[in-house]
Amino acid sequence: MSTTTAPAGDGTAPGYTVRRTLPLRVEAVRQFRRRRTLIAFGILLVLPWVLVGAFKIGGDPGPDGVPSLVDVATASALNFALFALFVSTGFLLVVAVSLFCGDTVASEAGWSSLRYLLAAPVPRARLLRQKLIVSLSYAVVAVVSLPLMSLVAGVVGFGWGDVELPTGGTVPVGTALGRMAIIVGYSLVAQLVVAALAFLLSVTTDSPLGAVGGAVGLVIVSNILDAVTALGSWRDFLPTHWMYSWMDALQPQIQWTGMAKGAAISTSYAAVLFALAFRRFRNRDITS
Amino acid sequence: MRVGGALRARWGRTGRAARWTAAGAAVALLGGGAAWGVSADGAPRVRTVDERITVVDGPKDDQRVTLDATLYRPVGRAKGPALMLGHGFGGDKRDVTGDARAFARAGYTVLTWSARGFGHSTGEIALNSPDYEVKDTRQLIDWLAKRPEVLLDGPGDPRVGMAGESYGGAIALMTAAYDRRVDAIAPQITWNDLADALFPNASGAGPGKGVFKKLWAGLFFTDGAGSSACGRFLPSLCDMYQEVARTGRPTPEAVATLRRSSPASVADRIKVPTLLVQGQSDSLFPLDQADANARAITRNGAPVSVVWFQGGHDGGDNETTRVRGLLRGFFDARLRHGGPSGDGFTVTRAGGLDSSTQKVVVEEAAARVYPGLGADRRTLPLNGHEQTIFNPAGGSPASISALPGLGALGGLADLGVPGGGLPVDMPGQAARFDTAPLERPLRLTGAPTVRIHVSGKGDVPLFAKLYDVAPTGQAVPARRIAAPVRVTGGTEATVTLPAMDYRFDRGHRLRVVVATTDMGFATPAEPASYAVRAVSPLTVPTVPALATEPAPVPGWVWGLPVAAAVLAAVILARGRRRPAGRPALSDVPLEITGLTKAYRNGHLAVADLSLRVEKGQVLGLLGPNGAGKTTTLRMLMGLIHPDSGEIRIFGQRVTPGAPVLSRLGSFVEGPGFLPHLSGRDNLDLYWRATGRPADEAHLDEALKIADLGTALDRAVRTYSQGMRQRLAIAQAMLGLPDLLVLDEPTNGLDPPQIREMREVLVRYAAAGRTVIVSSHLLAEVEQTCTHAVVMAGGRRVAAGPVSEIVGSGRRLEDAFLEIIGEGS
Repeated sequence: MSTTTAPAGDGTAPGYTVRRTLPLRVEAVRQFRRRRTLIAFGILLVLPWVLVGAFKIGGDPGPDGVPSLVDVATASALNFALFALFVSTGFLLVVAVSLFCGDTVASEAGWSSLRYLLAAPVPRARLLRQKLIVSLSYAVVAVVSLPLMSLVAGVVGFGWGDVELPTGGTVPVGTALGRMAIIVGYSLVAQLVVAALAFLLSVTTDSPLGAVGGAVGLVIVSNILDAVTALGSWRDFLPTHWMYSWMDALQPQIQWTGMAKGAAISTSYAAVLFALAFRRFRNRDITS
Repeated sequence: MRVGGALRARWGRTGRAARWTAAGAAVALLGGGAAWGVSADGAPRVRTVDERITVVDGPKDDQRVTLDATLYRPVGRAKGPALMLGHGFGGDKRDVTGDARAFARAGYTVLTWSARGFGHSTGEIALNSPDYEVKDTRQLIDWLAKRPEVLLDGPGDPRVGMAGESYGGAIALMTAAYDRRVDAIAPQITWNDLADALFPNASGAGPGKGVFKKLWAGLFFTDGAGSSACGRFLPSLCDMYQEVARTGRPTPEAVATLRRSSPASVADRIKVPTLLVQGQSDSLFPLDQADANARAITRNGAPVSVVWFQGGHDGGDNETTRVRGLLRGFFDARLRHGGPSGDGFTVTRAGGLDSSTQKVVVEEAAARVYPGLGADRRTLPLNGHEQTIFNPAGGSPASISALPGLGALGGLADLGVPGGGLPVDMPGQAARFDTAPLERPLRLTGAPTVRIHVSGKGDVPLFAKLYDVAPTGQAVPARRIAAPVRVTGGTEATVTLPAMDYRFDRGHRLRVVVATTDMGFATPAEPASYAVRAVSPLTVPTVPALATEPAPVPGWVWGLPVAAAVLAAVILARGRRRPAGRPALSDVPLEITGLTKAYRNGHLAVADLSLRVEKGQVLGLLGPNGAGKTTTLRMLMGLIHPDSGEIRIFGQRVTPGAPVLSRLGSFVEGPGFLPHLSGRDNLDLYWRATGRPADEAHLDEALKIADLGTALDRAVRTYSQGMRQRLAIAQAMLGLPDLLVLDEPTNGLDPPQIREMREVLVRYAAAGRTVIVSSHLLAEVEQTCTHAVVMAGGRRVAAGPVSEIVGSGRRLEDAFLEIIGEGS
């Protein structure tokens, strides 16, 4: 056994700097090799191919009077990507985002590894920040990977071409790619409230399933309330009310109002929920 | 009662001066509350008075008619301007109650009345004739001039504006022409020339050769007729209508009669500021009627503003709020401030669908001046050779363009949504002429024109329409309005298509359709065929000056995130624990003073614990289950906040994440690893998470202690309890911390490993570091530790060198049982 090394001038162990604790790369690696991560990405990357297969077997969807994205899903790769996004926005993406943001702290608590990280020591706010950045990044990659893979699958299945709008009319590829970026960007902002909710639950409970399930459950409750039209304009303030507002970018002229409202609601809820998460974690006794 | 009593008690205690000041403040507050109550109630209240006003009219001024009127007065206002609101054809004064109340709340004295022949007024319908209805309204102005609440411009001359829809709008125009006392008018969806509106002719040849708009004319006249054939119409008017409707051809007398009831006949006399509001879904009085009024009044030198909104006689979005707002702005400017009013030209456009309400979003585009229907023309060449089209016998089945009520689909059509899948043109009855696909979007504002050549026998009524053709070939009417034209066979005619505001998207074509039939018009019953060809390009007017302001977003869109950010900052700023005290370096590895922690359920886990550990010691922390050992160790790691007291490691106070914890290696309450990673990766990533350099880790020494062999590269989830235990101790020893804390380190180890561990710990301390071992295995402590602290019930019950605690000749076990027996 070697002899003791002299402590650094400030009384910390040699080489210890708060700014270097829990680097993002380390946290990313810690999370990436989990089966949960791989399965989530697997589903998101396979789903477009399953959908392509479904359309190939079932044939082209016929219009049924009410314009919808499914009518034009097979018109081009971009159309198909939009359709894939449409069918996953309400639940699949919510689950994916909840998974990455809800599991991140709760699972560490469940494995008891959280206390060793905190005693390393990684300051609590820093641990939360690094974990938040990494889990949000995974969530972003998840949300972006679905339309990207859908584009690839769509090119294989239906070819590359202009976007056909469900209301009639087409958008040229160049414009459509820009619109697609807006749509994906808005979807990310709209999911921010889900991420924040899951994250707050994640620092509150030691059970990853509770955090993920709780976030998904509250989204479902919000959707149910949103279906109660008697609530009138109160529904505007439900966190999920504007989740589909990205479809406003599919009109001949983009309608920004809905997306502006949705972004305002989502970021507002998210700011408060994230703040609550940080405060809660800062003052909490870690007993896991 | 209790509140009152408290108030009295306080009142008695307060000094006299203070009392009266407080009372005055309370009165002021009450006054403020009352004022606030009124304004919160929605402007001043409105009082209504029903009146029966007798007027005398007729060509010889000998007919007495009693008009049923209502006066709406804002309560508690000084003298103000008056407004007269006329109702639409077939209705009465009750139709404009909503508008009247809104204007009265805005401070206008509003007079509504049922025109002669309608509602409870007596008399017969004379179609806004100068001899009848105009004389009536002039006497209503006389009546208004006598009202005390109405502001006068001169003796018998009230400050008055007139507004109304359709029939009520036309009377505003007519009265303004005949009575100079009218100060401003805002006619809505009304006519310029009734003859032209009912016998339109898009070739410009006039109503004498026009095509009879039979469906609308029928509705218009039967609306006033009621149950009998002529109802309350003047008999002469009724005869005129029945003659025209029977033949489907205008007579010169009919044209003359309708002209007399039209602002067109007195256009040179209307010299007041005018706001013309016309509907884009109006096949009865299309936009060109407002255009004709605008041109005439502008010629007289009066200022004219034009608004095209989404509604109209066909239906569609009434935009009540917006139109009311525009009217109010206009009258406020003209009747109150005497200044100019807003923009010269306003067009509302369907901008898209609001995905949350599924309603069409209507945007407002405005330009400073109204440019007319033929501004900024572009020409687009038309493809299409001569086409032969047929008129079916009996004129049926007929094409469908506009129908009353169909206008509701207009907004959707503007967005390119096919309107309900109605059949539009019958096969063989329509010729089509297309432009090339547009290279960029085209916003048509005005009336496009095209010159056509028609061959056939006699006068041929044709119906020209403009379609929007998508690249897929799907064609939808740009507006569901047809322009009827009567062309003599073998000649050419310039056809002015219906005026509209419509956006053609990039890649779309414009299509001129010329049909032989239209359900809304009288067409010949004789079967015939005609050949039609376009002999000119399509001329398309545009108004680039029209700038659209996007639909405004509510204030909370910006306010809410800002408020949320502030709230978040408050949440983070409050409830922050005080930072650690002064850092004082010290060589004492661990000093605990007065440490106390009670859990939320009230259980006092650690009570006033003080202890001190010196360098080189191996301290045994002893105690039965629940003695507070683990809670103490968790507080030592900064995981649990103590209620009081403090822990200092090397002189520095322990707080969550305190940097000095980097000199502490810990293994408390079992291992904590990521189960999906191998043992080696776990150690590697843990060390990288500390952020310290790799060469400080002394990984090899730690791995030797773990003694896992090849299992090191297997996922931790496959490990046995003992393997995890050893890996966790190895993790605690990474970086060879100056203070090593191990909680039950020998759990799950086999005897040789226990022995090995014991030696490791002794050696570790011998190198000048400090080890704390918590255990309930007394023999182990006895063999390993130099010192011991015995805890029971959260308190320290004994401390000192092991040899002292044991005393001479006793086993630790006996000593321990004796101590905790005393302590508990």
